Amino acid sequence: MPKDTSIQSVLIIGSGPIIIGQACEFDYSGSQASRSLREEGIEVTLINSNPATIMTDPVTADHVYLLPLTTESIIKVLEERQIDAVLATMGGQTALNLCVEADKLGIWERYNVRMIGVDVQAIDLTENRELFRQHMVNIGLKVAPSFIANSFLEGKEAAQKIGFPLVIRPSYTLGGTGGGFVHKEEDFDAALRRGLSLSPTHEVLVEKAVLGWKEFELELLRDAADNVVIICTVENLDPMGIHTGDSITVAPSMTLSDTAYQDMRNQAIKAMRSLGNFSGGCNIQFAQNPETEELIVIEINPRVSRSSALSSKATGYPIAKIAAKLAIGYRLDELNNQITKTTSAYFEPTLDYVIVKMPRWNFDKFIGSDQRLGLQMKSVGEVMGIGRNFLEALQKACQSLENGRMGLGADMKEWIRTSDILERLEYASEDRIFRLKDALRLGVPEKTIQKLTRIDPWFIKQIKRLVKMEEQLMRYNVAEDIPADFFRELKEVGYADAQIAWLLRIKEEEVTRYRKKIGIRRTYKMVDTCAAEFEARTPYFYSAFDTENESIPSDRRKVVVLGSGPNRIGQGIEFDYCCVHGLLAAKDAGFESVMINCNPETVSTDFDIADKLYFEPVFWEHIEEILELEKPEGVIVQLGGQTALKLAEKFHENGVKIFGTSFPNMDLAEDRGAFSDLLKELDIPYPQYGVANDTDQALQVARGIGYPVLVRPSYVLGGQNMRIVINDDELERHVLNLFKHLPDNRVLIDHFLDRAKEAEIDAICDGDEVHIMGIMEHIEPAGIHSGDSSAVLPTYSLSVEAVSTMVEYTHKLAKALDIKGLINIQFAIKDDKVYVIEANPRASRTTPFIAKAYKVPYLQIATKIMLGTHKLKDFDIKPQPSGFAIKVPVFSFDKFPNVDKNLGPEMKSTGEAIYFIKDLSDPYFRELDSQRYMYLTR
Amino acid sequence: MSELPQMPAVLLLEDGTVFHGRAAGKIGTTTGEICFNTGMTGYQEIFTDPSYYGQILVATNAHIGNYGTKRTEVESHSIKIAGLICKNFTTQYSRTKADESIQTYFEEEGLVAIADVDTRAIVRHIRNKGAMNAIISSETQDIAELKRRLAAVPNMEGLELASAVSTKEPYVYGDPHAPLRVAALDYGIKQNILQCLADRGCYVKIFPAKTALEDLRAFNPDGYFISNGPGDPASMNYAVATVKAILDENKPLFGICLGHQLLALAMDVPTHKMHHGHRGINHPVKNLVTGHSEITSQNHGFEVDRSVIEAKADEIEITHVNLNDRTVEGLRLKQRKAFSVQYHPEASPGPHDARYLFDEFIKLMQN
Repeated sequence: MPKDTSIQSVLIIGSGPIIIGQACEFDYSGSQASRSLREEGIEVTLINSNPATIMTDPVTADHVYLLPLTTESIIKVLEERQIDAVLATMGGQTALNLCVEADKLGIWERYNVRMIGVDVQAIDLTENRELFRQHMVNIGLKVAPSFIANSFLEGKEAAQKIGFPLVIRPSYTLGGTGGGFVHKEEDFDAALRRGLSLSPTHEVLVEKAVLGWKEFELELLRDAADNVVIICTVENLDPMGIHTGDSITVAPSMTLSDTAYQDMRNQAIKAMRSLGNFSGGCNIQFAQNPETEELIVIEINPRVSRSSALSSKATGYPIAKIAAKLAIGYRLDELNNQITKTTSAYFEPTLDYVIVKMPRWNFDKFIGSDQRLGLQMKSVGEVMGIGRNFLEALQKACQSLENGRMGLGADMKEWIRTSDILERLEYASEDRIFRLKDALRLGVPEKTIQKLTRIDPWFIKQIKRLVKMEEQLMRYNVAEDIPADFFRELKEVGYADAQIAWLLRIKEEEVTRYRKKIGIRRTYKMVDTCAAEFEARTPYFYSAFDTENESIPSDRRKVVVLGSGPNRIGQGIEFDYCCVHGLLAAKDAGFESVMINCNPETVSTDFDIADKLYFEPVFWEHIEEILELEKPEGVIVQLGGQTALKLAEKFHENGVKIFGTSFPNMDLAEDRGAFSDLLKELDIPYPQYGVANDTDQALQVARGIGYPVLVRPSYVLGGQNMRIVINDDELERHVLNLFKHLPDNRVLIDHFLDRAKEAEIDAICDGDEVHIMGIMEHIEPAGIHSGDSSAVLPTYSLSVEAVSTMVEYTHKLAKALDIKGLINIQFAIKDDKVYVIEANPRASRTTPFIAKAYKVPYLQIATKIMLGTHKLKDFDIKPQPSGFAIKVPVFSFDKFPNVDKNLGPEMKSTGEAIYFIKDLSDPYFRELDSQRYMYLTR
Repeated sequence: MSELPQMPAVLLLEDGTVFHGRAAGKIGTTTGEICFNTGMTGYQEIFTDPSYYGQILVATNAHIGNYGTKRTEVESHSIKIAGLICKNFTTQYSRTKADESIQTYFEEEGLVAIADVDTRAIVRHIRNKGAMNAIISSETQDIAELKRRLAAVPNMEGLELASAVSTKEPYVYGDPHAPLRVAALDYGIKQNILQCLADRGCYVKIFPAKTALEDLRAFNPDGYFISNGPGDPASMNYAVATVKAILDENKPLFGICLGHQLLALAMDVPTHKMHHGHRGINHPVKNLVTGHSEITSQNHGFEVDRSVIEAKADEIEITHVNLNDRTVEGLRLKQRKAFSVQYHPEASPGPHDARYLFDEFIKLMQN
């Protein structure tokens, strides 16, 4: 069956704002699908309310609707466009649910739109727990014993039959929302009530818990002719009991024999083929009894998912791209492998490396939340490490996390109290893998660790090797003592120079210098889907300490763009959007564009976005080696959020050119003291502030400038550890807490402008001219983190004078800081007086929002200015405003029922949506604005 | 990064390329033709597959040995590869059902291996330069000496190896009261082929490579099976003659891998040595009869000549084709009840997508 030519125009549904359990992986899938369909000459219309996505960019789709994901919006699109088919398998659970809802209302039928990829029956079969269970049993596959309950009484009855521990899984929720283990009878009632109330169909499954069984996921592609291939097998290091999104996962499977694997493969194919009409990418999860190797099916997702994105990056196989082609009728055997271009897309990728995915949590933002991991996903992002062995991949993943770890321990963050460690092994939280190593280091037997964690002994034995190697390493005093073979071995299992330095208590530079001297350098290997069996030209590389280097640098002018690492609160998908545009603009300006990033959910790590992709930690040692190999003309740090910006100093010290604003000027904007001096010099008002090195100083400063004050550490991201305090007691408590968690830091104390309005400006400066991209007024007052505020573009209540003052200050500051590229400035306005709160010399969270609202490719313009190939005057910038655009923050509080939901200076939202209104009489806006009034009068 | 003592080992290729690594398995020296397998599971089945006789195997999977070894997961009763080259050789395994570690297994079976070499570089080398002989040694690092020993190793082309791995005496497999009887010619038959036949109601008698037709006939078989095996099919005139004689009988005949090549040769279709062969468990094959595709397990270094088959379109039908390089993966004789595939429907290791071919063989015998 070749392409179905009756499909000329397709609607792709996105996944909406980023929430826990549904992150930027769906930007990756939606973007790939859109490009894949357009390649076929199909007109693509996209609907998504998330402005920070590449999928909703004119570079991706023909028509973009930035509308809330509701059936009303679908009708609006269908009224305006001739749509032949709708593809709902690219936008996660949100898109599937919306598609089903529209189907039930008869919308698709009314507008003569076909559902492609999957039909409603197949969705129902996989989403309705009881139907699914029955169906699996009918086709001869095993599932965990379970009962469905639609009422409290039914649930109680089920629990009685099954016994404890058991699992409650609400139907039709995503990311395991509302699900969880119940170990004891007394906890059951509350858990059941919560599950029932969170399910849109008031239905839960009460299931026997198979705690400790091994967990595997298979990513499959199926075409309309029933051809099925397994793209990737992922083994969860954390066994059953922890949501796969919160598990450390490994590919290929490390502990599966061929007999066990083929059994799984056969069952997966059988299950997929039984699903009715389906063509595209899907995912199936199994639990395996480690003793008997017996399998049970856990669940099937008839759509691309988080693990499809991971599998795509892990294997090089572009699942979403191919899945989109399958949805329009192509068969797998009719398509080419996109990597080799010469072999078939109908094949199963094979790896000659190992990938480890690690989740990234942000519990520090959810004070009071239950930090234990379980059936409900709690992580906000993820990273992937690629290595030639499991340990190397694992340590690279640790280095990618952006939480200050240098690898798997050996970085002065170890725990030393056995009792604390053992507790953390049993009740897993974000640090379990680190504690596992701590336990081994303290001599806890492998068996005990295995019993507490149920992690397969193979992984524990591997980590034990690290402990043994560290013991050996600690016998040496200086780098020169380490025998070359052993040094190489340390590097092969992923140790950073910084870890080796810590273990020897010497300087990192000494380790690096000696390592380079004896020629232990990274080589780069290609991710090619086929273990080198066929020639591939995909410029997708990872590093390994091996013999042959496959990444041959060109002699073109090139630029390295630094990505933003894992998604977390305060640094999300918006920076992936910026990086993608930066790469495209650099290409356009005649540069070879080189990307470094480690987040498998992103579009910027797609193999066909940059000219060359290094899937590596955004971690100095890795970056340095890439720079030494590639010898780029310079690097871009303005696009990858704070992650990239933080590295500017290193580049500056090492003589690496930073395109755009210079390091000293960026540093000036970031350093509160120097920045305030600059403001003073420019005669720009700012809140009174002071710096303190200890609690006594802090109290003195606070009294000097007057309460309320805003207290924070000097370098922060997303308002981390920022507090507004109103008296000495509160101040003392918070400052002590800060020093405890962030020693060697200074504390900044600002006078807090109570009941002030907040506004911000994003601008581009080329050194001569300044262009104001947009002026946004926050609905919430100053004191609420800008990321958690609803921002209205343009301003709606500020006086003309205030606005022109802000513009004037922006001009002054951009010039004073000699900005070449982007700048974001935040203002507080009280009694019509404008204060500058802070300036960020980089792309901000709101840059994509403005670009979408005004339909101007601002990131491309800014990148070309950074590169110095263009000036502002080279562009004809014509914003197309229509009414007001509101950036609406979206929270994931449902994952953390006990957390303090009050907003403050610390950011808590996980994503955002864009909402357009014609004028201020819009009811949605009036509702929001009334809340502001509430804030300001409180 | 293998957990082995620091014993050096060296790998020398026929073209003079040298790789240094660490010794694994037995300490010693071994020679053979180097080839690579890209499978990510099933190493023990591969090591014991008789078709690998005389070959040094490069395992491309990053780790080898993770799940240990298990006495029953073998394709013959001993290791058949001549040597192993891998990246991470893991002696510490984890599998409840396993019997012992790969290191113990290798020591018992006397297999020489080298680990901690850049296997990907070796694969790229073979991919570009083609299959060639190689020597691994953990006894000596003397390259000149190893070169001398390597020079004495015969080239795989023209090499007859099947009789070396074939059973010396006939034996039977399966239930004697099974409804169907199959005479299998053993050129290095894999255990799981017998199992697949037995599972489908066949009583199989396995004969040595050079058995005369009369002896096969004496078993009174309902069909003949021509097995897989190592070496160059063009050097096996004796086997080609037997296959020709079987065809004259016009009883059902099924050939796998070498058996497929022998069927082609019996139809005067020549075979050729491939540049570096197909070895892995992810090879895409399309069934031209049904239009369905299947992921197959493959292990062959020779192929049948497509153009000659196409010229004999009235006699031979191409039933299966490789989706990567369009090589012939399956054929069927139009005037005979004979068919064959180049790949391994019994898999082990590998996907079970092509097991239906055994059912087709059964159907042929039942009719």
